[in-house]
Amino acid sequence: MPHILSIPPVSRRAIKVWHRNMTVFARTWQVNFFPPLVEALLYLFAIGMGIGSYVKEIAGIPYMAFIAPAILAIAVMNSAFFECTYGSFVRMYYQKSFDAMIATPLSIEDVIAGELLWGATRSVIYVVIMLPVLAVFGVISLPLALLAIPLAFLGGLMFAGIAMCFTAVTPGIDTLNYPMFLFITPMTLFSGTFFPLTLLPVALQYIALALLPLTHLVAIMRMFTQATVSPVLLLHLAWIIMVTILCCIAAINLMRRRLIV
Amino acid sequence: MKKGEVFGFLGPNGAGKTTTMKMIACVSPKTSGTLIVLGMDPDEAPAKIKAGLGVVPQETNLDPDFTCYGNLFTYARYFDIPEAAAAKKADELLEFVQLTEKRDITVEKLSGGMKRRLILARALVNNPDILILDEPTIGLDPQARHLIWEKLRALQAQGNTIVLTTHYLDEAARLCDRLVIMDNGRILVEGTPANLVREHAGREIVEVEKSAEVVSCLQDLQIPYEVAGDMIQVATESSRDVARILLDRCRPEKVITRPATLEDVFLKLTGRKLRE
Repeated sequence: MPHILSIPPVSRRAIKVWHRNMTVFARTWQVNFFPPLVEALLYLFAIGMGIGSYVKEIAGIPYMAFIAPAILAIAVMNSAFFECTYGSFVRMYYQKSFDAMIATPLSIEDVIAGELLWGATRSVIYVVIMLPVLAVFGVISLPLALLAIPLAFLGGLMFAGIAMCFTAVTPGIDTLNYPMFLFITPMTLFSGTFFPLTLLPVALQYIALALLPLTHLVAIMRMFTQATVSPVLLLHLAWIIMVTILCCIAAINLMRRRLIV
Repeated sequence: MKKGEVFGFLGPNGAGKTTTMKMIACVSPKTSGTLIVLGMDPDEAPAKIKAGLGVVPQETNLDPDFTCYGNLFTYARYFDIPEAAAAKKADELLEFVQLTEKRDITVEKLSGGMKRRLILARALVNNPDILILDEPTIGLDPQARHLIWEKLRALQAQGNTIVLTTHYLDEAARLCDRLVIMDNGRILVEGTPANLVREHAGREIVEVEKSAEVVSCLQDLQIPYEVAGDMIQVATESSRDVARILLDRCRPEKVITRPATLEDVFLKLTGRKLRE
């Protein structure tokens, strides 16, 4: 039995799993196109204009511009996390798609890697649709903000990996609600998203930086959309890359443990 | 296994049939022993072996996000089959399993028998060297079973090598060139259906209703018998002689004679105890 962090043998065939999901997604693209568009507008109107009319600006940045990177980062998190929890669980448990796939030259490692890549791709698609909306509102600084797209892939892969670890150990689809409410929701609120991290007590700031992946994603996103890149970026990036690698490897090994008997 | 042969694994629930299929299909790891599939070791070259296998699993696991055609086409892609060839193959196979009319319908709208046929078609997209079928006709009505059998016989006639598991003993007798009966992970017997029946169940079976009288009568005559529920079975080469003796000497209520079947062999070897 391989160790949870042993390097899984993933082959190029993983792309075929990604391709399968992409085909299904592309067939219903009209439906899939809508949510990111609406979500961007909802956040901008409700929080940007609502709270923004009281807050006006944070650290010299207009409030709408302050939350714009958070909207992107939260979208990256939600789309990858949702895809690799509920989406993957349904394909694994209810549709038995993974069983069908591993009867072909695809290995279970290829299948999970393909699912993770697909989760990251969902994040990219989300951000690509949201960026023009934010640009129209004039709350992001182009062209640097375009770097949000590759960042969405990296951040998406991180959340896909974390999500897949939960999927690998969850007893049923209902228990997937726990990470949603205990992990994702608090993270959405306390990661320097709608108010700066520095408003939290110092101890909580450290906890957020150590344990909440979204904190780092929001920080980099904000540097890109505000064109305020500083060397701290490298620290945030290093944190994300580390966690992405660890979680994706663990996810594949845990899924193997769950599915190969 | 020989090339071009239909080989059956029979056994009660929990005998290890599906596990054996999964090991052959490089899905479950083996715990000990040696296994060679298509001349290769599943631990070393699973992808290469799987490229030469077609698997019909016990559970229906068609992709509900696709149509019938989409299922075959997408599956072909997993085998690195180029798109043009995959498209052609998908349509050919739909015709082979008589689902051309359902080509663009999502699989959820298919009946149970149609789903099994589509799974059979799916297992053929890569022109497999070995076709592995785990309970191919489970839960199907007689019409649907006959259609699957017809397709399997057509494949057999084309020289395909087929491995199948089943609890339907008539199915095994009908389709298999050679089979094993297994229980608790061990092979009990191996042979052609006809030979197994002759060796283990005799040519014919005489059944009589069970009563104390008949039992003591059989014991007096020293005729070996077996109790099956409320019937007594006597295996014999000549049912007519045994039936006559029984009628003359034991005064049974009812006597039935019939040819021995694989079911008699199966029950004799694996017992009559219910398996959960």
